[in-house]
Amino acid sequence: MGKYLVNLKINNIPVSVEEGTTILDAAKNLNFKIPTLCYHSDLSIAGNCRVCVVEVKGQRVLSAACATPVSEGMDVFTNSEKVRASRKNVVELLLSEHNADCTKCYKNGNCELQEMTSEYSVGNHIYLDLVKDKDKILDISSPSIVKDDSKCIRCQRCVRTCEELQAVSALAVVNKGDHQKISTFLNKPMHEVVCTNCGQCVNRCPTGALVEKNYIDEVWNAIYDPDKFVVVQTAPAVRAALGEGLGVELGQRVTGKMVAALKKLGFNKVLDTDFTADLTIMEEGTELLTRLKKALVDKESVALPMFTSCSPGWIKFVEHIFPEYLANLSTCKSPQQMFGALAKTYYADKINIKPEKMVSVSVMPCTAKKYECDRPEMRSSGYKDVDYVITTRELARMIKQAGIEFNKLESERYDSILGESTGAAVIFGATGGVMEAALRTAYEIVTGREVPFTNLDIKPVRGMEGIKEAAIKIKDTVPAWSFLEGVELKIAIASGLANAKKLVEAIRDGKATYHFVEIMACPGGCIGGGGQPIPTSAEIRKKRIEAIYEEDTNMTLRKSHDNPEVQEVYKEFLGSPLGHKSHDLLHTHYKPRKRY
Amino acid sequence: MTKIKHLIQNFSLQKFKKGGQKMSNVENLVKELVKIHGKNRNSLMPVLQGVVKEEKYLSEDAMMAIAKELDLSTADVYGTASFYTFLDTVPRGKNIIRVCKTITCHMKGKDELIKALEDALKIKVGETTHDKQFTLLTANCLGWCHKGPVMLINDEIYPETSPQAALEIIEKYQTSTKK
Ligand code: SF4
Ligand code: SF4
Ligand code: SF4
Ligand code: FES
Ligand code: FES
Repeated sequence: MGKYLVNLKINNIPVSVEEGTTILDAAKNLNFKIPTLCYHSDLSIAGNCRVCVVEVKGQRVLSAACATPVSEGMDVFTNSEKVRASRKNVVELLLSEHNADCTKCYKNGNCELQEMTSEYSVGNHIYLDLVKDKDKILDISSPSIVKDDSKCIRCQRCVRTCEELQAVSALAVVNKGDHQKISTFLNKPMHEVVCTNCGQCVNRCPTGALVEKNYIDEVWNAIYDPDKFVVVQTAPAVRAALGEGLGVELGQRVTGKMVAALKKLGFNKVLDTDFTADLTIMEEGTELLTRLKKALVDKESVALPMFTSCSPGWIKFVEHIFPEYLANLSTCKSPQQMFGALAKTYYADKINIKPEKMVSVSVMPCTAKKYECDRPEMRSSGYKDVDYVITTRELARMIKQAGIEFNKLESERYDSILGESTGAAVIFGATGGVMEAALRTAYEIVTGREVPFTNLDIKPVRGMEGIKEAAIKIKDTVPAWSFLEGVELKIAIASGLANAKKLVEAIRDGKATYHFVEIMACPGGCIGGGGQPIPTSAEIRKKRIEAIYEEDTNMTLRKSHDNPEVQEVYKEFLGSPLGHKSHDLLHTHYKPRKRY
Repeated sequence: MTKIKHLIQNFSLQKFKKGGQKMSNVENLVKELVKIHGKNRNSLMPVLQGVVKEEKYLSEDAMMAIAKELDLSTADVYGTASFYTFLDTVPRGKNIIRVCKTITCHMKGKDELIKALEDALKIKVGETTHDKQFTLLTANCLGWCHKGPVMLINDEIYPETSPQAALEIIEKYQTSTKK
């Protein structure tokens, strides 16, 4: 508003755009695609790869379209002879330092660099191959992420992601000239540094230099092993994005098809993390109310605000960066780990399978979950509670490997038990969702009434903003919770660790006070997780969020405490929320880690 | 409501104790430098230089202390340090000899100069003598091309250095620094 319009011509076509627009965006308006590598819509401009060069009439040198704002009367050519020759040269130079073994590469078929080379039909190798042998040594130390320097083109998207979106800066540009590379503090292995395993860098790396550590073969081996009983759980956000990698339109929920595909792949039981998301709400909601009671009635020392604990990237972030807030984390394990702990105890017992024969696999939108299932805290069943975590991307790959035509599958339903869920669980996949689900249940416990929002949709906690705040006034409580009468419950929500950092600092500095805070490590929540289909952008994440809320609206049960299987597991096995069994299986504590 | 606010403020900040660690010299040095240069990102270079001046190189502890004091990530500090030839991140001797390896000095005999130093100190380029007195390194053009070959010892420049002259010069450092 109030911005000047600038008139220019791109490939001889006139166009008017707001002052400050880059040539790249102006060209997009006219549907001219300019190739990019270091540019990413979620990140600041680096302008270092030069594949986006265009010719501006009257200027001697070419301009980087991503980094050049338009100016009045500009005459831009995006595809002149000079431009094409220059781009081809840039790509060839990049390749001269790139270990281009596409046929053996994990990114084969889904690689921005590969696409670029095919467009520019580079193949005549005019430059010497300068890949250093020492760069071919992979860093496989992390259970979540594999780093391969020989595939890196030093576009620095990862560095900007880790700094700007996640405020972690585990990766930096080190050395200079031909020794320049992307590395950690003193080149330490990834698992020894502050990396949270969030995988946001993986989502944005245009090559195979940063990829998830995949467990596809391990899962196939388990499936093929006749002595093993393989159960699989699927996280809420997977159903909103899996289709993207399998030829389904963006934003389409594929829950039923996904279940069908998993059955076809040969999993013995297909179950739902949403079930334990509902269970998490029962435990976490009760925990919040208990903390409030301790603080207000018993005058005990308890840590408030309480932070959610379902995002393992966030947990590791707190361990490194804010260890003084570890007590504020809810003691609830994540839904994945609650599921794992129940699968090899309660469930194994119910279906009469020995836990040592059971292999528990989970499909997650998240790379940090791979790390989480390896943590020593996650063996409450007496076994590794979750054996393997595969991402949405790995599942898509397995479906392709199996030759399943995903689009043609008929929808199927989750197995029972541990397959039933409510709308409250589905929305765990989006930022604000855990908060909304918790409120739907906690408010009802305290007042005996449903949350005062039309159709149970708690709109103030929804939306893509990085930090959200809301307050709910508690009125007409039931006698047991009368001490909360008239209290205004203050809540906040952040997604993306850079936003989480801002929020915790505001709390630390006394600039804000809350009772309950939801944090998800990835921008937009799990739907934007580091294991979701590539590419990602604000628009894509918005579409996935819409799909999540649509799924919620279409469920018959919308509140976690209404989940009949959850009620049953309490009756038959757990007793009550925060009870003895829950304590042993579903809760844990974390320890401080070195930040520096 | 005020009651809740009060409780929240009191209980959320249970102090995380670091557990009786003694502060090392380098931590103190970094603290001092940050006091002089200010607690912001722009101070990174002067603080790095200050540490190198005192310690000859940036140890892991030094870089961790800098990151902590300036609220940066350790990778960031290392990334910046590793960009500059004169900010070493591996231990160095008391005296650092840098021989210019760029073309003019090359043509004027830097190879002979290096050979003489290697023989006299019994180390190769990149190494440090056993008594930790000397480290021998090469450097890019030092801006003294008209008087090559050039070597730099610590902050002292030695133009037109013949192999013979070089030996006499390091002799000086040996006696002046040996106690
Ligand atoms: S990163 Fe891309 S271009 Fe490079 S080898 Fe892998 S698939 Fe090929
Ligand atoms: S690791 Fe990937 S994102 Fe990072 S600089 Fe290399 S190519 Fe770019
Ligand atoms: S996984 Fe996350 S924390 Fe780790 S390097 Fe990548 S962006 Fe940074
Ligand atoms: S995309 Fe413009 S310079 Fe890299
Ligand atoms: S080439 Fe040696 S000082 Fe310039």
